[in-house]
Amino acid sequence: MIWSKPSSLLLLPRNIDRLWQPLLAGMAVLCAVLLLLIVAFLLKEAIPALHDGGWRSFFNDQSWYPLENMFGLLPMLWASLAIVSLALLLAAPLGLANALFVRFYAPSFLVTPYRLMLALLAGMPSVVYGLWGLTVIVPIIAAYHQPGTSVLAASLVLALMILPTVALTCLAALEAVPSSLHAGAAALGMSKQGLLLGVIVPAARYGIGAGMVLATARALGETMVVLMVAGNVVQTPHSIFDPVRALTANIALEMGYATDLHRAGLFTSGLILTLLVLVLAWFAARTMHKYQYA
Amino acid sequence: MTINNSTTAYTLGNMTLGQACCTPVPHLQIKKLSIAYAGNTVLDDVSLDIYKGCITALIGPSGCGKTSFLSSLNCLLALIPQASVTGHIYFDRDDIIHDAIDTMRLRRRIGMIFQKPNPFPLSIRRNLTLPLREHGVRNRYLLAEKVEQALKDVGLWDEVKDRLDGSALALSGGQQQRLCIARALVLEPEILLMDEPCSALDPIASGVVESLIKRLQGRYTVVIVTHNLAQARRVANYAAFFWMKERVGTLIEFGRCVNVFEHPRNPLTLAYVRGQAG
Repeated sequence: MIWSKPSSLLLLPRNIDRLWQPLLAGMAVLCAVLLLLIVAFLLKEAIPALHDGGWRSFFNDQSWYPLENMFGLLPMLWASLAIVSLALLLAAPLGLANALFVRFYAPSFLVTPYRLMLALLAGMPSVVYGLWGLTVIVPIIAAYHQPGTSVLAASLVLALMILPTVALTCLAALEAVPSSLHAGAAALGMSKQGLLLGVIVPAARYGIGAGMVLATARALGETMVVLMVAGNVVQTPHSIFDPVRALTANIALEMGYATDLHRAGLFTSGLILTLLVLVLAWFAARTMHKYQYA
Repeated sequence: MTINNSTTAYTLGNMTLGQACCTPVPHLQIKKLSIAYAGNTVLDDVSLDIYKGCITALIGPSGCGKTSFLSSLNCLLALIPQASVTGHIYFDRDDIIHDAIDTMRLRRRIGMIFQKPNPFPLSIRRNLTLPLREHGVRNRYLLAEKVEQALKDVGLWDEVKDRLDGSALALSGGQQQRLCIARALVLEPEILLMDEPCSALDPIASGVVESLIKRLQGRYTVVIVTHNLAQARRVANYAAFFWMKERVGTLIEFGRCVNVFEHPRNPLTLAYVRGQAG
C-alpha cells in the first residue's frame, strides 16, 4: 500500500528522507564493498602461488618449507581443525549446561552477575587467555607429557575462550522459547528435566546450533592463543600432546619476512581461512533463519 | 447427543472412556479458598463443589480471579514464586494445598488447556508421546494406539494422520488447540481445566472445539473459564459467577446453569448475564 512504497506519488519523501536514504545506502554499500575488496585483495596476492597449477603444491607438498619452495598446507590445516574440534567438543556441552543452569536453575540473585561475568569473559583480550594458558595450562600438561605446548593446551585455552560465546548464544536461544511451553509442560505433569530435554532444548536447537557454528568460526580465526600455546611446530598431529602450528599462527609468524612465492603462500592460507569462516557464517545464518522463535 | 457437522469437514471418533452422565457427586471440594500475589489478595473466600462428570463454567468480568482459581486446582500457581494459596481443595480425600501430594501425578489426573494453543514445537506425534513417555509409557505399539485414539477423540485423526511427523506448529489455530486437548486427554485425566479455550480461535474453529467440549461431559469433569456467556450456556451444566468486590474477586453465585442464567438469586448476576454490568 502507500506505506510500503514511500516513493509513490501520493507520499513524496520529505527533504530529510532525501538526505537520509542515500547517506545510509552509501554507508551500507561502503561496508559491503570494503569486505569484497579485502577478499579480492587476498585473491590477487595469492595468485602468484595459485596459477600454473601452483595450487596443487599446497596439498601435495609434504610440508611447509617455504625457503625450499615447499608449500604443503595440509599439516597446518589438520592442526587447526584438530584444535578447533577438540575445543568445540569441550565448550559445547559446558556452554549449554551453563545456559541451562542460568536460565532454569540459578537463584535469581546469581543470574545478573553471572550473565555479566559471561559477557566480560567473552570480551577479554585473547592475549590474556594466551598468557594464562602459557603460564598455567602448559606447565601442567608438560608435567605429564613433554613439551606441554600442544594441541591439547591450545584446545583447552580456546575452549575456555569460546565458552562465553557458546553459553550466551545458547542462553539467548533458550530465552526465545516462549514461556507458555513451561506452563503447558507443567500442566501435563512433566518434570523440569523432562521439560528441558524433551521440549526446551529441541525447541531451541536451531539457535543453539547457530551459536555453536559462530563459536567455531571464532575459534578457527583465533590467532594469538594458538600462537602462544600450540607449540608452532609444523607437523600433522598424531596425538593431542603433539606441538603443532595452526594456519592462523603461521601467517602471523612469517608475514614479517616473507617475500615472493612465500608471501603468496601465506595469502593463500589466509584465503582458505576466510572461505572456511564465510562458509560457517553462511551456515549459521541459514540455521538461524529456520529458527521459528527468533 | 448430536453434533452439528454442517460447517466443517471434521469427524469425531468414538469416545469410549467412562459413562456419559453428570452426577452431583463432588469431584473437587473447594473450601474457603483465597489467592494472593505478593500480599495482594485477588480472590477471597471461595467455596464450591465441582461435580463429577459435569461441565462447570466460570463466568465473570476480567480480573476477578477466574484464571487464578483455575490454576490453583492443579497446583500450577505454585510455579509463580509470589503466589500464595490458602484454604482447602479436597480431591480424592487429600487436601491438595496442605497435604504432601505428588504434583506430577496430580497434574496427570487434572489436565489443563490454555487460552492460547501451546503445542510443543515438535512433531504432532511427539507432542502426544512426550507426556506419555514422561509418565512411563514406553511400549511403541501402546504409544501408537494411544496417539491414534486421542487424535480420533478430538477429531484430528483424519486431518493429520498422513503428517504425524510434521511440525505441530504448521497446524491451524483450531487444530493446535484440539491437539492440546488431545495431549491432555492422552494421559487419561479425570478432570480437565480449560482457560478460555476458544477465545483465540475463529468462530468456526471455536464451534468445533465447543462441540468437542460438550462431548467430554460425562467422561471427564470439566471446569471451563469463558467470557462467552452464550457458550457457557450451551455447554455447561453448572455455572459459577465471579465478581470484583472492593478490588478483590469473589464467588457471587453458583448453581445449575439454567438457574444462574434464567433465575439468578443475586441482582449482580442478573445484571451481568443480561449484559447490563461487567
